[in-house]
Amino acid sequence: MSKKPTKKPEVPTTGHTWDGIQEYDNPMPRWWLWCFYLTIIWGIGYAIAYPAWPGIQSATAGVLGYSTRGEVAAEIAAANARNEAINTRLASADLSTIADDVELNGYATSAGSAVFKTWCAQCHGSGAAGAKGYPNLLDNDWLWGGDIESIHETVRVGIRTETHDETRYSEMPAFGVFEMLDDTQLDQVANYVISLSGEPQDATMVAAGAALFEENCTSCHGEKGLGDREQGAPNLADAIWLYGGDFDTVRETIYGSRFGVMPNWDARLTEAQINAVAVYVHQLGGGE
Amino acid sequence: MAILDKHKFIETNATLLLVLSLLVVSIGGIVQIAPLFWLENTIEDVEGMRPYTPLELAGRDIYIREGCYVCHSQMIRPMRDEVERYGHYSLAAESKYDHPHQWGSKRTGPDLARVGGRYSDDWHVDHLINPQSVVPESVMPKYGFLERRNIDGEYIGDLLKANAFVGVPYSDEMVENAQADFLAQADPDADYDGLLERYGEEIAVRNFDGNQGVTEMDALVAYLQMLGTLVDFSTFTPDASR
Repeated sequence: MSKKPTKKPEVPTTGHTWDGIQEYDNPMPRWWLWCFYLTIIWGIGYAIAYPAWPGIQSATAGVLGYSTRGEVAAEIAAANARNEAINTRLASADLSTIADDVELNGYATSAGSAVFKTWCAQCHGSGAAGAKGYPNLLDNDWLWGGDIESIHETVRVGIRTETHDETRYSEMPAFGVFEMLDDTQLDQVANYVISLSGEPQDATMVAAGAALFEENCTSCHGEKGLGDREQGAPNLADAIWLYGGDFDTVRETIYGSRFGVMPNWDARLTEAQINAVAVYVHQLGGGE
Repeated sequence: MAILDKHKFIETNATLLLVLSLLVVSIGGIVQIAPLFWLENTIEDVEGMRPYTPLELAGRDIYIREGCYVCHSQMIRPMRDEVERYGHYSLAAESKYDHPHQWGSKRTGPDLARVGGRYSDDWHVDHLINPQSVVPESVMPKYGFLERRNIDGEYIGDLLKANAFVGVPYSDEMVENAQADFLAQADPDADYDGLLERYGEEIAVRNFDGNQGVTEMDALVAYLQMLGTLVDFSTFTPDASR
């Protein structure tokens, strides 16, 4: 206690004393107090303007008639209205000739790119290069066809999905699991299949594998293993592999078969969006 | 306003201050919370909601155990960008059988409220084993061990019972057959007619992880593939007052 208080000695203290320290009883600052009163007035106004007080059946609606759902519905409607004209054109466009319509094609490509990045990139990759089990959409190898109508159809109905009656469906028998081929035969067929596009692991098995292939595989994959898009049977002679082209992977595919699934997108996307993404995928490089 | 000058009396009596503060806070809480229990428009009536199947419920427990909710929300907010990205905004009714709900509060990963049917089972398995194999930029940890942990559903009936206790409409028959239903849903070769009869024709019966036996992977994928698919939105008209 070297100095006595020199400022505002007229302000009373609260009467509290802690270790000789006293507390002034100053009023709240005016600016603070007025802000406080303003918030109360604001609160009353807000409760009148917006939904606020609960009743028996529902809450008061507020004089502005605001609702979160109404707002989002209006926002979506406004956005749709902005694109309605071109989306209507896109939904009814003839996909085979859409490339001639520069404006529509440009719009479809941009819109399709957005759709692709939202819904397709998780499996096919953001650059559409695919991954093991998820087809590369940049190359010229197509399971179900690479012309724009086929791409559109694949997007619309999906592949082997349980949620669409017209889904694209093919199922290779699991030759090992169902014991249609024994271990040696599986090795032979795998060697033959690899020999179609590369070097087999064991060249002495290729001839026997060719005979087994002829017997078991040609009805879908064709005599030369070139595949059949009508049935979704992959081309085995082009060195492009969905699950891998090394001996073990090919053998595993023949042993247990694969059953890749793609959802049908007609349940989630509009016709215009499906057309847009078909245009986008078609122009990526592999489109026919 | 002489009464406002009495605050000194309250402020100098700690116990009284505490009691009165509690009173004021409780009124605020009651006014906000209590009406939700009687307002008819809090939970709307929607077509299609059903209790989770035993396998889905087990998957949900794994989802909680692994802390998926820490990085993933299950709440599509009513905003245009969210609806465009994830689908229809979430309804209260969609989490009415969740105890506790999995709305979450943070998205390090995407919202999962409508992830069901969006990817294939294989994708979910690949992604849980090694998320970066399908989404290179992902920061999600690996959950490959789920595939190696077999579960037999021995106590799944108790879990159904606990959920029934807090209001989920599981019938006695569902509780009794819980383990059988649990095993049947992951085995398309099994007799799963009872499962469909009890929970509905739409139940997905598949070998979700492609391996023999029921694993935690099966349960989690079954749960994920169901998320957001139950409500039939073709019969749903939003009430603007909500």
